[in-house]
Amino acid sequence: MPVEHSFPDSAARNAQGEFETEKMSLSMGPSHPSTHGVLRLQMELDGEIVTKADPVIGYLHRGDEKIAENMTYNQFVPYTDRLDYLAPLANNMAYAIAVEKLAKLEVPARCQAIRVITAEMARVSAHLLGLGAFGIDVGAWTVFLYSFTEREKLYKLFEELTGARFTTSYARIGGVARDLPPGWTDRVIAFCDQFLPILEETLDLLTRNRIFVDRTAGVGVISREDAIAYGLTGPNLRATGVPLDLRKDRPYSGYEQYEFDVAVGTKGDGYDRYLVRGEEMRQSVRIIRQAIAKLPPGKWYAEDAKRIIAPPKDKILTSMEELIQNFMIVTEGPQMPAGEVYFEAENPKGALGFYIVSKGGGVPWRLKIRAPSFCNLSILPKVCVGALISDVVSILGSLDFVMGECDR
Amino acid sequence: MPAALDAIAAVKGRWAGVTDRASLDHPAVNVPASDLVAVLRSLKEEHGFDMLVDVSGVDWSVRANPRFTVVYHVFSTVGHDYVRVAADCADAGAPEVPSATGLWPGADWHERETYDMFGIRFTGHPDLRRILMWDEYPHFPLRKDFPLAGIETTLPDAEVVAETKTGAIAAPMMGGPFVASPGEINLTEAEPRAKDESWTERRPKPGA
Repeated sequence: MPVEHSFPDSAARNAQGEFETEKMSLSMGPSHPSTHGVLRLQMELDGEIVTKADPVIGYLHRGDEKIAENMTYNQFVPYTDRLDYLAPLANNMAYAIAVEKLAKLEVPARCQAIRVITAEMARVSAHLLGLGAFGIDVGAWTVFLYSFTEREKLYKLFEELTGARFTTSYARIGGVARDLPPGWTDRVIAFCDQFLPILEETLDLLTRNRIFVDRTAGVGVISREDAIAYGLTGPNLRATGVPLDLRKDRPYSGYEQYEFDVAVGTKGDGYDRYLVRGEEMRQSVRIIRQAIAKLPPGKWYAEDAKRIIAPPKDKILTSMEELIQNFMIVTEGPQMPAGEVYFEAENPKGALGFYIVSKGGGVPWRLKIRAPSFCNLSILPKVCVGALISDVVSILGSLDFVMGECDR
Repeated sequence: MPAALDAIAAVKGRWAGVTDRASLDHPAVNVPASDLVAVLRSLKEEHGFDMLVDVSGVDWSVRANPRFTVVYHVFSTVGHDYVRVAADCADAGAPEVPSATGLWPGADWHERETYDMFGIRFTGHPDLRRILMWDEYPHFPLRKDFPLAGIETTLPDAEVVAETKTGAIAAPMMGGPFVASPGEINLTEAEPRAKDESWTERRPKPGA
């Protein structure tokens, strides 16, 4: 589904002046409101025009991959919350599916549907934050207040489901932590019903807003070829016109059962990226409604995976066999075959990939996290050159990255 | 996924050194480092694997030979298939493979990260410097002989060091790690300060 717009290209205003001036170097960040975390940009300026931009990353590096090699597969789930910390539910799911692929484990249909519902809610929540922060970057404060009010409602639902607002650790290897609470799906539907009009109202604040359009249309233009060459994924890739969405193209967790459209842009500028994210929120609501409408009954975890998923608590306390099973899973970790897998899921920021090398046993030998924000930021040195400093702020906002995931 | 299988059959036929690699999911090949760029180019230009999604290093343990492998995942944005390409580094002391930055500009950061974490050099990379750790950092943290807690290191800025008299210190272990690494390295060797209770009948208590 293409999102069309036609505003005059503002590339001309970035044209170089005719006088040679002395170059100045400017370090932006790591503590700068528009760098959304701890990104630092080391820039070389000619007047107000950026002639060179070198992103300096790593300020939030925690060594997640090293940590993963020193703990069991189950213990790593909470660390995935802290990758893209705006969509922990989606990260948990991507990691769980990657390990399940290694274990050749099928989860029940109900578990898949629950994961889809939570991942799409996480997408709405992440895009709302991206939208609000982008608005602030270019001077539209009100959008932030609207979008955070909606996020708060989502966080209430997350808290009711997972016990935590932020670090959910909900999807586990072989299932989800617990079944949906009674009446929860009704409250999700009620949220969706009241959310759609508010979303339209929020987007209306920006879509035809003269200042917003001037700040974003034609700014930070990325071509299809560049987007693919730099490994961009997610809304940033789709805004350039490439209709790549892993939910459609390599369906996982039962995404093939749901009807939704893939939003693509036409110009690959900041305005297109905004439009694509707006449309994705509408589509996510569509998916949530369908998934709830045909939510299958049954178990929310794979019962046959005795060496991977811990038995129910009441069984552990009353039965010897389950007690031993639980003890083995906690001490040795879930037992995995040796081998290599790579799995990517379509997260709010792009394709989150896990490459797992197993030598057997309960601990990964190597776990590489392919972070979409890392790849999306790698295009900055190219896309910032020729832009004004104020446009850099707009470009960063439109790329919508998370440093927790970029630096790992 | 016929396209991916066709592609690896074609590269195997063309380069004698290319062999099948064991994989639980996507088709995978082992490629000698000397043919790596040519194979990747063929996958990109002749078989439509136009996106390099991931580059990662693997340390197969201190005593393994070859010790380091670089693993590439390429993806076709049209056929929606993945292919895994792995290249072993011949020399464990100075591991290196040719750079893929000429094919994909996006390989730049991935290769810098692999160099930063494993010390694998990518020959022909235009700007091979650290990316996550600071430039002066002396260690390669994802190597298996690097302890989980870290190694005490001075901070890069001399002025900050003089003023604060602090450095990058090893992390307090608080009785951890909670799970011993599998494989050859004894827990006490990997983590000298950890409370080691990993000894069994088969593996004697260290120092006893």
